[in-house]
Amino acid sequence: MEIITLSHGSGGKTTHKLIENLFYKNFKNDILLQKNDSSILQKMNGKVAVTTDSFVIKPIFFLGGDIGKLSICGTINDLAVSGAKPMYITVGFIIEEGLEIGILEKIVMSMAKMAKQANVKVIAGDTKVVEKGSVDKIFINTTGIGLIEDRQLYLCANNIQEGDKVIISGSLGDHGMCIMSQREELGLDANIKSDCNLLNTLIKDILNTSKNIRIMRDPTRGGLATTLNEIIAHSNRSIVLNEKDIFIKEEVMSMCQMLGFDPLYVANEGKVVVIVSKDDANKVLDTMRGDPLGKNATIIGEIIDDNKNRVYLKTDIGGTRILNMHDGELLPRIC
Amino acid sequence: MNGYVKNTSKGVCIDIEGKIRDIYHFIDHLKQNPPKLANIDKMNIEDKKILNYKSFEIKHSDEEANGFTFISPDIGTCEDCLRDIKNNKDRRYRYPFTNCTNCGPRFSIVKKLPYDRILTTMERFEMCDLCKDEYKNPLDRRLHAQPNACPNCGPKIVLIDTFGNKIICNDPIKQTIQFMKQGMILGIKGLGGFHLACDAKNKEVIQILRNRKHRPNKPFALMMKDINTVKKYCYLSEEEEKVILSNKRPILLLNKRKEKLPDNIAPSGNKLGVMLPYTPLHYLLFEEKIEVLVMTSANVSKLPMVYKNEEALEKLKGIVDYLMLHDREIYMPMDDSVSRVILSEQRVIRSARGYSPIFMRFKNIKDIFACGSHFNNTFALSKNENVFISPYIGDIENVETYNHFEKNVYHIKNIYSINPKIIAYDMHPNDWSSSYVNKQNIEKIPVQHHHAHIVSCMVENKIEDKIIGIAYDGTGYGTDGNVWGGEFLICDYKEFERVAHINEVDMPGGDAATKEPWKMAISYIYKTYKNNIYENIPLGLKDKNIKVIVAIIKNNINSPKCSSMGRFFDAVSALIGFKGKVTFEGEAAILLENKADQNEAGTYDYDIEYINRTHRVNTDKIIKGIIEDINQHISDARIAKKFHNTVIDFSVKICGIIGQKHHINKVALSGGVFQNEILLKGIYEKLVSKGFEVYIHKYIPCNDSGISLGQLVVASSKAKG
Ligand SMILES: [Fe+3]
Ligand SMILES: [Mg+2]
Ligand SMILES: [Zn+2]
Ligand SMILES: [Zn+2]
Repeated sequence: MEIITLSHGSGGKTTHKLIENLFYKNFKNDILLQKNDSSILQKMNGKVAVTTDSFVIKPIFFLGGDIGKLSICGTINDLAVSGAKPMYITVGFIIEEGLEIGILEKIVMSMAKMAKQANVKVIAGDTKVVEKGSVDKIFINTTGIGLIEDRQLYLCANNIQEGDKVIISGSLGDHGMCIMSQREELGLDANIKSDCNLLNTLIKDILNTSKNIRIMRDPTRGGLATTLNEIIAHSNRSIVLNEKDIFIKEEVMSMCQMLGFDPLYVANEGKVVVIVSKDDANKVLDTMRGDPLGKNATIIGEIIDDNKNRVYLKTDIGGTRILNMHDGELLPRIC
Repeated sequence: MNGYVKNTSKGVCIDIEGKIRDIYHFIDHLKQNPPKLANIDKMNIEDKKILNYKSFEIKHSDEEANGFTFISPDIGTCEDCLRDIKNNKDRRYRYPFTNCTNCGPRFSIVKKLPYDRILTTMERFEMCDLCKDEYKNPLDRRLHAQPNACPNCGPKIVLIDTFGNKIICNDPIKQTIQFMKQGMILGIKGLGGFHLACDAKNKEVIQILRNRKHRPNKPFALMMKDINTVKKYCYLSEEEEKVILSNKRPILLLNKRKEKLPDNIAPSGNKLGVMLPYTPLHYLLFEEKIEVLVMTSANVSKLPMVYKNEEALEKLKGIVDYLMLHDREIYMPMDDSVSRVILSEQRVIRSARGYSPIFMRFKNIKDIFACGSHFNNTFALSKNENVFISPYIGDIENVETYNHFEKNVYHIKNIYSINPKIIAYDMHPNDWSSSYVNKQNIEKIPVQHHHAHIVSCMVENKIEDKIIGIAYDGTGYGTDGNVWGGEFLICDYKEFERVAHINEVDMPGGDAATKEPWKMAISYIYKTYKNNIYENIPLGLKDKNIKVIVAIIKNNINSPKCSSMGRFFDAVSALIGFKGKVTFEGEAAILLENKADQNEAGTYDYDIEYINRTHRVNTDKIIKGIIEDINQHISDARIAKKFHNTVIDFSVKICGIIGQKHHINKVALSGGVFQNEILLKGIYEKLVSKGFEVYIHKYIPCNDSGISLGQLVVASSKAKG
C-alpha cells in the first residue's frame, strides 16, 4: 500500500511523479498542460467573478460525496449564484503524511469528474505534505474564476423589494446532518445523504427564466437562517418565512432533535435560495421543479418592508420567531 | 374645616384649613381609617399660608411632570357592588360592568396619568345623570369612581359567532351559559384580556380545547361559583381561604379532593388552580347551575393573551365556537395572577392582575431600567427612589411577546416620564435582551442570573448585609461560561462569590436536553458509571437512543456543562418514569414532587468535595442509590421523596459549612425550583432549626419573573453614575 510521504511535497522527483501520474492525468487540459509557473488565460469577454474556499471536512468520504467533490461543487456553486458562468478552477492540497495514495487518487478523480461535468478547467494546482498530526488527512483549497456574460446582470441585496418571494430549491440540513451522522466516533447508524451537488445548470435555467432575480445564495455553513440574515442585513427590509412550507426530511429532523440543532442553521451543499420578484416567482418555481436538483423547490417566504433587517419565522402554531445570526456556539437560554 | 383634595401625579394632595386640633384629629383619622383601597405609603405634612377657603371640595386633577404615583391594580368586585347586581330593584341589576371606588378596573384601562376618566378607556362613555350624581356625591361610594357606569350609559356585551355575526338573543349572558352547557368553547372578554371558557365537568370539550390550543398537559385554571364549591373539590386551609377570597382574586393552587372533576383538567397533577369570580360578568356566568368553568387565558401556546376585539376573531376563530365581547377597551392587557400557600403564607408565582404593578420605595436607588429574564419576563424601573415592577409579560420566544414587552415598557416609561440612564440585563451572551440593550445609548450593566435571583429575595425581605443565597433553578448563564442553577452564593447587592454548587454534568444537545429529561438522566448515569453505563440503565430508559447521547457527551458536541438543580430534578424524574418531552416549564419536576410519598424519611448518600476553594456536591452516590432502589423495586413514591430529602440534607449541610467559615447565619432561598413545596418547606424548617435566619419570597416570585427587581438593585450598586 503506497502512502504519501514528506518527499511527495518536497518538489523533487517524487513530487513530479505524483503530479504527472495523478494530477495531470486526471485534470488534463490545454491550459494546465502549459506546465508553466503560472497558467496564462485568454482575455475574457465580460465581468470576471472570483471566489476561493478551503475544505477541511471530516470524514473525507461521506454518503453522497467526498472532500474532492465538495471542493469543486462548493466553489462552482459560489460562482453560479453570483450569476457567473464557471470557467476555471485552481486546486491546492495540504496533505498529512501517511495518507494512502489510493485515497488521494479517489479524491482527485472525484474532483476531475465534477469539473468535467461543470465544464470547468482545472488550470493550476499545488501540493504540500505536512508532518503527521499537522492536518487531519487532507485539506483542499479551490479558487474559481467565472464569467458574467450578461452585462445588465447585477445580483445584489439592494435590489430586494417588498413583496419579493423567497424560494428554496429543496430540503434543508441534509449535508450538515449527513456529516454529523457519519462521524465515526458518534457511532450513529443514520442513513442521511449529503445534498452535495453542482448547481450551475439549475442556476443558469433560473437566470434564463426571469430577469427579476434579485439575489441568489447557496446556504452552506450557518444554513438558511444565517444566509438570509447576511442578505437582509444590507437591504433595510425583513424576510418572513413560513415554517409549514419549509421541507426538512424526517431523518434530518430527528437527528437535529437528538443533537439539539436547528435545521435552519445546518449546512447545505446543493441548495440555492432565490429571491425573485413576486410576479416572476411562479415561473421560476416551475423552472426549478423541472430540474432534478430543484424538484422539491418551494416558495418559503417573502420580503416585508419593516426596516428592521430581521428574518422572521411564522411557526406552525401561529407565533413569530426571530431567526438571529448566531455568533459562536449555541448556548441554552436562561431558565 | 375647609380646603380641597385632588389627585396629582405625585399622589393625593389635601389642602385643609381649620382649628389645629381638628386638623390633627383629621390626620389621625386618615392614618387609622384610610379608605378601603388606600395604601398610605408616606404622608408629608407641611404648614401653608391661610387662604381662607369657604368650602371643602374635590378638585380636578391637573397634570404635573416628574411625579410618580401609584396606579392601583385591577380589583375584584366588592360586596356592595355584588349586592347591587343581585338586587332586582337596583338599577344595576345584572349589569356586568358595575364597579365603585372600592373595586373594578384600574391599571388595565389607564392610558395616561393622572387617573381620571378622560385618560382611561372609559372616556368614550358619557355618564348619564344618575351616574354623574353618584360620581360627584361625597357620600356615595362611587364618588370619583372613574370607570363608573350603568346599563344606560356604560359598556355593553355582544355575542358573536366565528364569522363575526351577532347572535340575536334576549340575554347574551344566558345564551353564553347555554352554549357552554351544550359543550361549546367560548372566548370571553374579561378584565385584563380574553379567556377561553368551557364547562369544567365536560371531559370531551376539555380535550377539544387542549387540542385546539396546542396544550397537551399543562393544567387549566378553573373558576368556581363560590367558596363552598371550592371546598367541595379542594382542600382549603384557613390562609388559603383568605387568599382565594381576597379582592386580588388570584388563581390559587390547591390540593384537589379525590376524582370529582375530569382528570384532563390537570393531568397527572394533584393540584387544581382555582379562582373565584372577580367581575360582575363572571358572577353572572354562574347563575344557571354551572358551578365550575375552565377559564384559561386566550392564546395559543406561548403567545401573548388576546385582548382586543379586532384581534379576537382572527386569532381565536380556530379555538372558540363563540365569542362574548364588550366595548370597554382594555388598554394594558393583564394575565390572571397565580399564587399558592406554603408555610402558611401566600407565595406569588405569577404577579399580574390584582398584584401588579408592584411599587416599592427604595432609599438611594438610582434611576435604572432592568430588562428582566428571557422566560417569565417582567421588567423593573426606578425613578426618584421609587421602584416599579411590571406585570408578568411571558416568555420572550416570539416577536408577539417581545412586542408586548416593548408596549409595556413604552407605556410605563411614558406615563411616569421615566428615562433611565442605566440599563441592567442578563449577562447571557445570546440573550434576547442583548439586541435590545445594544440599541440603547446608556450605561449598560450585565447582571448574573442567580445573583439577581438572590438579591430579589434580599430586597423583598429588606436584607442588605452579606447573606448565603441558595439559587436553585433551571438554567442561567454563569460567569465561567457554563450553565448554572444549583448555586450557593455569598452575596450582597453589589458582589457575589460562588462558594458551592452541585457538580457539573453535560447537557447533551443543549436546550434539547431541557425538553427531553431522559437525556439528562443518561448524562447523570454516564457521569456516575462512565463506560459501565449500559449495565446500569433502568428498564424505563432502555428504549431510548442512549448510544447517541453518550456519543455526543463523549465528543462534546453541543453539550454545555451544567450544574442546574432543575435539570437534576428532570433527570431523576425521568429515571422513575417521566416519559417523552416536557410540554410546559417544570413539568418533569412537578411530577417528581407530586409522586413523593410524604411518609418516607430516608436519604441517599452523597459527597461534598472541596475543589478550587469551592464546595461541590458530588451526585454519583445519589444516582447509584436511586438505581439500586429501582432495581430492588422500591416504589417511585419512596424514591421521589428520598431524593427530595437528600437535596434538603445537602443544602442544609453546605449552609452549615459555609455559614461557619464566613460567619454568616442568614440564608435567602430563590430560583424557580423553590416553587417545590417539599423542598422549600424542608430546607426552610431544617435551616431554622439549626439557628439560621431564613428569607423566602412572598410577593416577588422566586422564579424568573422576580429577576428584574434583582437586576435593578444589583445594577444600582454597581453603577458609576
Ligand atoms: Fe432562574
Ligand atoms: Mg463557499
Ligand atoms: Zn364595588
Ligand atoms: Zn349611567
